[in-house]
Amino acid sequence: MKIKGSQIIVESLIKENVEYMFGYPGGVVIPIFHELYNAPIKFILSRHEQGAIHAADGYARASGRPGVVLATSGPGATNLVTGIATAHLDSIPLVVFTGQVSTSMIGNDAFQEVDVTGITRPICKHNYLVQDISDLARIIKEAFYIATTGRPGPVVIDVPVDISNALHKFEYPDEISIRGYKPTYEGHPGQIQKACKLIEESKKPVIYAGGGVVLSNASDELRQFVAKTGIPITTTLLGMGVYPETDPLSLEMLGMHGTYYANYAVHNSDLLIAIGARFDDRVTGKISEFTPNAKVIHIDIDPASVSKNVMVDVPIVGDCRKILHEMNKIAVAPEISAWIKEVQKIKKDHPLHYDDNKDSDEIKPQYVVEQLYHQTDGKAVITTEVGQNQMWAAQFYKYTEPRTFISSGGLGTMGFGLPAAIGAQLARPDRRVIDIAGDGSIQMNIQELIVGAQHRLPIIIAILNNGFLGMVRQWQQLFWDKRYSHTCINFAPDFIKLAEAYGCAGIRVEKKGEVIPAIQKALKITDRPIIIDFSVSREENVYPMVPAGKTIRDTIMRELA
Amino acid sequence: MSQHIISVKVENKFGVLARVAGLFSARGYNIDSLAVSRTEDTDFSIMTIVVRGDDKILEQVKKQLHKLIDVIKVSDHAPQLSIQRELALVKVSCTSAKRSEVLQLADLFKAEVADVAHKSITFSIDGDSGKIDRFIELATPYGIKESMRTGLVSILKEKE
Repeated sequence: MKIKGSQIIVESLIKENVEYMFGYPGGVVIPIFHELYNAPIKFILSRHEQGAIHAADGYARASGRPGVVLATSGPGATNLVTGIATAHLDSIPLVVFTGQVSTSMIGNDAFQEVDVTGITRPICKHNYLVQDISDLARIIKEAFYIATTGRPGPVVIDVPVDISNALHKFEYPDEISIRGYKPTYEGHPGQIQKACKLIEESKKPVIYAGGGVVLSNASDELRQFVAKTGIPITTTLLGMGVYPETDPLSLEMLGMHGTYYANYAVHNSDLLIAIGARFDDRVTGKISEFTPNAKVIHIDIDPASVSKNVMVDVPIVGDCRKILHEMNKIAVAPEISAWIKEVQKIKKDHPLHYDDNKDSDEIKPQYVVEQLYHQTDGKAVITTEVGQNQMWAAQFYKYTEPRTFISSGGLGTMGFGLPAAIGAQLARPDRRVIDIAGDGSIQMNIQELIVGAQHRLPIIIAILNNGFLGMVRQWQQLFWDKRYSHTCINFAPDFIKLAEAYGCAGIRVEKKGEVIPAIQKALKITDRPIIIDFSVSREENVYPMVPAGKTIRDTIMRELA
Repeated sequence: MSQHIISVKVENKFGVLARVAGLFSARGYNIDSLAVSRTEDTDFSIMTIVVRGDDKILEQVKKQLHKLIDVIKVSDHAPQLSIQRELALVKVSCTSAKRSEVLQLADLFKAEVADVAHKSITFSIDGDSGKIDRFIELATPYGIKESMRTGLVSILKEKE
C-alpha cells in the first residue's frame, strides 16, 4: 500500500518513538501538519520558530533523547538558524524538518523559498534535501542515527511540498550503514594503558570534564574513576553536574569565570585529564600559558577535537563512558596527598565570594541564586539565559546530577533559557525547572511564556533585573573606560503585568528580605509559569574573571576599591 | 607556507562539493586548484585539492573533512609518493612567419596542436605543473592570447 510522504514522515517519527515535537505551521508543511492532527505525538506549538527549536534543545539536554522540530520554508527555516547553531556548538542531538517549495520551483525565488541546505551547511552535523520520495524513509532513519551517535548534533531534513504529497510504499529500514560515517566508540587499549601509567606516576593531576561526559551518560563511570584515583575534578560550564559540586574533590567550574581554585589546579598541574571537553578559549584563556607544566590526556569521541587547540600527549578517541569503564579496571591511585592538601588550601583561601551587605535591603544577584539553591534543596533543573545571569547560575547553584544545568555554552545564545525551560519541564515533569534570566535575555523569546501557560508548566523565571545588559556593561566598565554605550535597558516593561497578560503569575521583589518568601510562594504555584522579578544591584560584576586571552595571574578577584 | 595535495574520496552526490569547499573557505583557505571526477565506481567521486597553508591548520581541515558524512577517505599526496598531471590549452599568437619556430618549441614539450588559425595555434599540453609553467614561459615572447589549465589530478604510486 502506498502512502503520502507526509504520512511517511509521521510514521517514521512513531517508529523512532518520538514523544514530543516542537514547531510552527506554514504553507508548505500543511500536508505534514495534516497527518499530525491525529498522530500519537504530542505537538508543542511555539509562538516563534526559535522558541520551538530551543525548546526541543532543552528537551534533548534534559532527557538525553533527540529533540524533533518542524517548521515551514523560508522565514520558518531562517528563524531556526540560531537554534541549529546553538545545538551544533554544544553537540545536542536534534532532527529538524523544514518545508521547502516544490522541487520544480526550487531555485526560482519562489514564495517563501530559501536554500535551507546551503544556509545550514556549516552549522549542522549533516543535512538533506529530499529529492525523491523513495529516499524519504531512509533519510529520516539516517538523520536520527547521525544526530544521536558519535559526537551528537543537529541534522536538518528539507522536505519539498511535492515530496510530502507524493505516494510511496512505507518501509522503515531496521538498520543502516553509512560508508563515510563510522564513529569510534572503543578506546585504543594501548592508549588507555599509557594514560593509566601517566596517572599512576603523576604528582599533581587534575580532571577537566566537559559536556561529552553528559552526552555519553558517563557520570557514574566518572564518579567511580574519581573515587578510585582520588584526583580532583573541575568541569566546564556544560559539564556541571557530572560530579557533585558539593564533594570536597570537586573544584567546580573552570575558565574565565570559573573558581580560582579550579584555574589554579589546572595551571599548576603536571597531568591534565580532559574528558569530553574541547579546550574552548573561555576555558583556556591565553593558550600558550594554559597548563604550562602538564602532560595532557584527552578522551574524546571526535578526533577533530584532539590537538586542535592544545597539543595532547595521550589522545584516546572513543566514547567517554566505555573508556572510563576500561580505565576503572586498571587505574591505580597516584600518591598525591601533598597536592590535595595544596589544592584544598587554595579552595579554602579563595572561595567564590560576593560582598553582601547585611544591613542593606539591596539584593545581590548571587544571593538570589544561592537562595534558589537552598529553597529547592539543589534538586531543580536550571536553565539559563546568557551573560551575568548564566555565570551566577553556574557559580552559586551547586549541581550534583548531570542534565540539571541547561545552558547555551558554545554559541552563547540570549533568549535560550525560557524555551529551553519549556522543553526541560516536558522532559522532567518530576522536577521544578527554573530559568535564571536577565532582564535583557528574557525579552528575546518572551513570547514563549504563553506556551508555558497553555501547557500549565510551573516553570519559575527568575529575572535578575539590573536594568543593564550586564555582561557587556561589565566589560565596558573594566576594559572600555566605563562608556556604557547602549547597554542601559532600564526603560523596561513591567514584568509582573506582562506575566499576568500571559496567564502566568508574577511576583515583584525589591528588598532582600522578600527574596526567600517570594521563592517559597513561587514554589507553591504548580499550574502555570511564575515570573519573579528581582530588582538586584545594578552594577554588580561577575568575579573571579580571567580577562579574555589572559592567564590566571591576571585574574580579577573582586571589585577594585 | 607549504603546498599540499589532498585527495578526497566522496559520495557522488549533489552538494558534496559545496560541503568540502566550505570547510576550506570558512578557514580562509584559498584553493589553488581543484579537480573533481567520477571514479570507475560511479557511486564515488574523487577530488584533488591543492592548497597552500600552515601544516597545523591543514591537519585540522583534514580532520574536519573526515567528519563530513559524505567523505569516505582523505589522503595527503606527497609529491615524491604520487604521480601528478594537469592539462592546459594554450593559444599562442603566431603568423605563418613564426609558425615553424612555435611548432618546434611545442614539439620539445610534446604539446599537441589542437587548432590552427591564421594568427594563432592552440596547443594542448599535459604533464606536471612545472612542465606546463615552463612551456607557457617559453611561449610568452610569441604572445599568449589565452590559456586555460585544469586542476591537478594525483594518484599514489604503487608501493613495491
